[in-house]
Amino acid sequence: MNPWSSSKEAAAGLCSRFGGWRLLGPGLLWTTVFCLLPMVVVLAVSLATRGTYGGVVWEFSLDNYRDLLHPLYGRIFGQSLLLAGMTTGMCLALGFPLAYYIARLPPRRQALWLIFIMIPFWTNFLVRTYAWIFILRTEGLLNTVLMQLQLISTPLDLLYSNQAVLLGLVYGYLPFMVLPLYAAIERIDPALIEAAWDLYADRWSLFRRVLIPLTKPGIIAGCVLVFIPSLGAYLTPDLLGGARSMMVGNLIQHEYLVARDWPLGSALSILLMLIVMGSLLWYFNAQSPQIRERGEQ
Amino acid sequence: MRGQGIWLQSISGLGIAFLYLPIIVLVVFSFNASRLSATWQGFSWHWYGVLWHDEALLAAAANSLWVAVLSTSLVVLLGVPAAMGLERLRGRGRQALETIFLLPLVLPEVMMGVALLLFFVMIHWPLSLATVVVGHAAFNLPVVIVMVRARLQKLDPRLEEAASDLGASAWQTFYRVTWPLVRPAVLGAALLAFTISLDDFIVTFFVAGPGATTLPLKVYSMIKSGLSPEINALSSVLVLASMGLVGLSLMFQRR
Repeated sequence: MNPWSSSKEAAAGLCSRFGGWRLLGPGLLWTTVFCLLPMVVVLAVSLATRGTYGGVVWEFSLDNYRDLLHPLYGRIFGQSLLLAGMTTGMCLALGFPLAYYIARLPPRRQALWLIFIMIPFWTNFLVRTYAWIFILRTEGLLNTVLMQLQLISTPLDLLYSNQAVLLGLVYGYLPFMVLPLYAAIERIDPALIEAAWDLYADRWSLFRRVLIPLTKPGIIAGCVLVFIPSLGAYLTPDLLGGARSMMVGNLIQHEYLVARDWPLGSALSILLMLIVMGSLLWYFNAQSPQIRERGEQ
Repeated sequence: MRGQGIWLQSISGLGIAFLYLPIIVLVVFSFNASRLSATWQGFSWHWYGVLWHDEALLAAAANSLWVAVLSTSLVVLLGVPAAMGLERLRGRGRQALETIFLLPLVLPEVMMGVALLLFFVMIHWPLSLATVVVGHAAFNLPVVIVMVRARLQKLDPRLEEAASDLGASAWQTFYRVTWPLVRPAVLGAALLAFTISLDDFIVTFFVAGPGATTLPLKVYSMIKSGLSPEINALSSVLVLASMGLVGLSLMFQRR
C-alpha cells in the first residue's frame, strides 16, 4: 500500500501532490550524512587500532573495549553517573516546589514567572558557568565578602571541587526540570488537591499519593532532560572541577584531542551513548502506559 | 483552594534567587572600576569600552553571527518540508524516520562533536567555519522539525482540502493557506535554533578549524587565560541579548 495515500485528508495536501519523499528527502539526506554516518564512523573507529603517531589503523580489534575495563575509566564513569544522578535529584527537589508554586499562581503571574525561568535557559551556558567562577574562586566574591565580614580569616577552597561541579550542573539544568514539571502540574484539576485536603491528607501524603502519581510523566521527562546532558557534561567539570573531577565528556575530549587515541575515545563515546540510549528506553517504557491510559479515555 | 504555604513561597523564592543572583552579580561587577574584580571600587563604563575596541572579540562575534544565520537558514529550509512530509507519512515508516530525525537531539553533545570531527577528517574536509555551520545545522534540524510538527498537528486538514477544492494548486495551497498558519512556529523554531547556534560551545570546539573562532570559543579562551572584568562586561551584553531573544520568542508565540 502506498503510505502517502492512506489518509483521505492527506490527499489534498502539498505532500501527496509533490510526493512526500521530495519533502522529506533533503532533510533525511542531511541527517543521514551528518549524523548517522559520523556515528557509524565512530563505531568503526572504536573497533580499529591506534596508529603509532595517533590516527587510525584499520585492523579489527576489541582491545579498546577491553581497555574500558581499566579501573580508572570505571572510576570516571562511576563518578559521572553519581554526579549526574545527584544533579537530577537536586534539580527535582528544588524544581518540584518551584514548578508547583508557579502552576498554582493566577495565570498572569504564571506567565511572568515562566519568563523568569526561561531567561537563564536562553542565556549562554558559558556565561552562567563563568558567574560561578567569579563567585567561588579564591579571590572571588564569596570569599571577599566573608573575609570583609570577618567570618573567615583565610579564603576557602570552593572552586575546583566536585561540589562546585555539582552546583554548576544543578544551576545549569534546573530550568530543564522546572518546565516539564510545570506543564504536568498545571494540568492537574485543582479539585483533586482540594479533595485530598478535605479527606485530611497532610502535605506529605498529598505529595506522595496525589501529586506524584498525577505528574509522573512530567517528573520522568524532567529527570531525563537533566540526567542526559549532565552525564555528558563537558564545560562544567572543565571549568569548575579540579584535577580529580573529570567526567566522561572530559575523558572523551582528552582521548581525542590530547592523547590522540581516537579508537579508545570512540569506544568511550559508544559506551556513553549506550548509557544514554538505555535511559531513554527506560523513559519511553515508563511513559507509554500513561499514554495508553489516556488514549483509552 | 488553600493559599500557597509559606514554605512553598520561600523555596520558590530561593530557587529564583539561585537562578538570578549569579547573573546579577556578574552584571553589577561589570561596572566595577577595579581590575581586581571582586572588590567594588566605584562605577565605570571602562570595561564596555575595552570590549568595544577588542578586535579579536568583535571578529569572533561576527563569525558567530554568520554561523548562526547560515545554519539557521539551512535548518529552516530542510526542516520545514521534512516536518510536513513526516506529518503526512503513516505507519511504521513514520516511526523509523522520526527516530532518525530526532537522534541528534538525544545524543550527548560531546559524542556529536567527536563524531563530526572524525567524519570530517575521514572525508578530508578541512576544518573551517563551514564545518561549524554544517555541525550546527546537524544538531538544530530536529529542533525545527519538532516545533513545526507540533504546530502542523494542530492544523485542521480541511483547510488545505478546501483550498484545493477551490482550485488552488499545491504551491498556492502551501503559500496562501499552510504557510501563514505555520509561520509563527517556524519563526519561533528559527529563533531557538539561532540561539542554540550562537551559544554552542562543544560541537564548535571539536569542528572549528584554525582561525574559525566563534564567540563562545573566544569567551572560553578568555576564561581559561585568567579572569578580567572584560568578561563580566561581555557576559552582561550576552545576558541582555538573551533577554531580547526571549522577548522576541514570546512575541512570535502571541501571534
